[in-house]
Amino acid sequence: MTISIDPQKTNNESLQPKGWLRYFSFSLDHKVIGIQYLVCGFLFYLIGGTLASAIRIELASPMSDFMPRDVYNQVLTLHGTIMIFLWIVPVVNGAFGNYLIPFYVGARDMAFPRLNAVAFWLIPPSGLMLVASYFVDGAAQAGWTAYPPLSITTPQSGQIIWILSVLLLGGSSIFGGINFIATIIKLRRPGLKLMQLPMYCWAMLGTSLLVVLSTPVLAGTLILLSFDIIANTGFFNPVLGGNVVVYQHLFWFYSHPAVYIMVLPAFGLVSEILPVHARKPLFGYTTMVFSIMGIVVLGLVVWAHHMFTSGTPPWMRLFFTIATAFIAVPTGIKFFNWVATLWGGKISINSAMLFSCGFIINFVFGGITGVALAQVPFDIHVHDTYFVVAHFHYIVYGGTVFIIFSSIYHWFPKVTGKMLNEKLGILHFIITFIGFNLCFAPQHWLGLNGMPRRVAEYDPQFQFVNQISSLGALLMAISTIPFLINVFLSVRNGKDAGDNPWNALTPEWLTSSPPPVENWEGEAPLVEEPYGYGKEISERK
Amino acid sequence: MTTLDSSKEIQNNNSEATEKHEDFRMFGLITFLIADGMTFAGFFAAYLTYKAVNPLPDGAIYELELPIPTLNTILLLVSSATFHKAGKALLKDKNSESQKWLFFTAFLGIIFLICQLFEYFHLPFGLTDNLFASTFYALTGFHGLHVTLGTLMILIIAWQSRIKGGRLTSQNMFPLEAVELYWHFVDGIWVILFIILYLL
Repeated sequence: MTISIDPQKTNNESLQPKGWLRYFSFSLDHKVIGIQYLVCGFLFYLIGGTLASAIRIELASPMSDFMPRDVYNQVLTLHGTIMIFLWIVPVVNGAFGNYLIPFYVGARDMAFPRLNAVAFWLIPPSGLMLVASYFVDGAAQAGWTAYPPLSITTPQSGQIIWILSVLLLGGSSIFGGINFIATIIKLRRPGLKLMQLPMYCWAMLGTSLLVVLSTPVLAGTLILLSFDIIANTGFFNPVLGGNVVVYQHLFWFYSHPAVYIMVLPAFGLVSEILPVHARKPLFGYTTMVFSIMGIVVLGLVVWAHHMFTSGTPPWMRLFFTIATAFIAVPTGIKFFNWVATLWGGKISINSAMLFSCGFIINFVFGGITGVALAQVPFDIHVHDTYFVVAHFHYIVYGGTVFIIFSSIYHWFPKVTGKMLNEKLGILHFIITFIGFNLCFAPQHWLGLNGMPRRVAEYDPQFQFVNQISSLGALLMAISTIPFLINVFLSVRNGKDAGDNPWNALTPEWLTSSPPPVENWEGEAPLVEEPYGYGKEISERK
Repeated sequence: MTTLDSSKEIQNNNSEATEKHEDFRMFGLITFLIADGMTFAGFFAAYLTYKAVNPLPDGAIYELELPIPTLNTILLLVSSATFHKAGKALLKDKNSESQKWLFFTAFLGIIFLICQLFEYFHLPFGLTDNLFASTFYALTGFHGLHVTLGTLMILIIAWQSRIKGGRLTSQNMFPLEAVELYWHFVDGIWVILFIILYLL
């Protein structure tokens, strides 16, 4: 069966608004949707960042003087939920995935453009709902994990809005995942083999598999939780004969893969950026592909390492410790492949490269603490302390957010046709890198010495180290300013980039910048070697 | 606007701008059904864990009787077969016969839902009585929601198939095939649910 698409009809060009207005329309163009995801996500990042600053201001002193204890809990709940569901997941999947995947597979759009637009437009309303849930009487304060019985016994109206909003965001994520799988598997340009795809496609394929397999379980769990809250059932309420550990199992069956949903696309993006700026082919393409798929499979069977203190039986502890330790193998392979890609390359020191290198450094640190946390004896000691906070911020901020910024510096010329200012970019990197490490490295020490997380007050002996951490947070907040100035100045007056300022070989650069509506004038190019750097043009296929 | 065209490049062949590619809506639907199946898998896993770990409290009533659900299982299995018949008939361009089979399938779906409600009203326990009662209603209710949606979709395509050469023809089988796959899926989930809830 074939489908004939008439491009004139597909895009309703006469009806679609032009210029910046199209970013506020129900556009079906994957490039517009990608930018919608990115800008929408960044706005929520600013909100979540403000909340993070509030948390660090509160923690600069041992007493809860900046805000009351329950407000502190509400703020950290909202901070976690916004950063995960509205900034990292939509941006690293939705934004870059929508923009790049159709180029990489040689298509003119995603497989299901309308579903794609629906998936995006679920996000702003549910995000606003989530923010609004803070202002109702009794905002959610059970953390982003919403563990019962806390989420059942605390005031509930905000928790219900929180659940609805996360359900909608999960739906958006599933629609996106279905679309990516169909695009990568089915919409490839004829002649393009799977093993010739740029690495980001593989990363997105793995991520989307995780989204499709695990997000529905979270949806089902949250439906049961809302029954507990609204209808007074007892699924997770021990008073009514329920079982809280079942919630934890179901929740982490989604939320551990969610870590890979947040970090696998970043692995893909860094694999695109490093070869371009080091002028070398990506080292170990095949091992990269198998590592990604290995992480996908292992990522589904390690969830209970979040629950070593929840009365898990010994055999379960043993199994999940071993499975978690195994994940370090494919992750380590990827890490060495990136370092080997840089080895002996002609490295340009620019903002995109610096953020990518920052990612490698932070990520290896977060990875090592991750392996440590998988060991039961160690985990029981530091469970629910600042060590865990430091660990996952090294993964999601030091890993993924660094790559989001790196990707913005790398693909900004593609999207706008203008270069970003390098001096401001390097300034942005330096402040972010110092601020980030200043903020989170001391938290390892705090956690090892027993400072619990999610509590507004702490022992006065920790005050000095907490103040260093807060200083780092201040630097991170400041680091956004040069970035925003850079973007606003460069969109208006940036240096013209030309079509391919980095001399990159991946397919998105083989069209004009910014690209035309249907991605290519004429037929899509067949790129058999997306990483064919360092060869004469005649040698390239 | 996407137009489905199974036969060949008839209309729209006025320019090279027209692109042809394989129809992968079915692929998308299957991916969606896998995701949907994972929701049920989560529920089943929760139920089985409860069964293994949480004892039924003293004095709590949780008893199920077999006749109605067995009838329901037969109803759904037969409805899968009648749906298949509808597809076969449409393939031979027998629209009115296909429509009859579709209406019969929807009728079986409605009978299923009525039986389900009858069972709900005659069970000796309510939603909040105990953990197993809650899980029972959550699982069967979520499945019943799927049956309701499926029945509505069958009625819609039955309505669409009334005109020869309309939206549902032997050249354009996709709406029927999609709903059929969904219906078989809901049917399969019921069989698993029946085994886990009633027989185990």
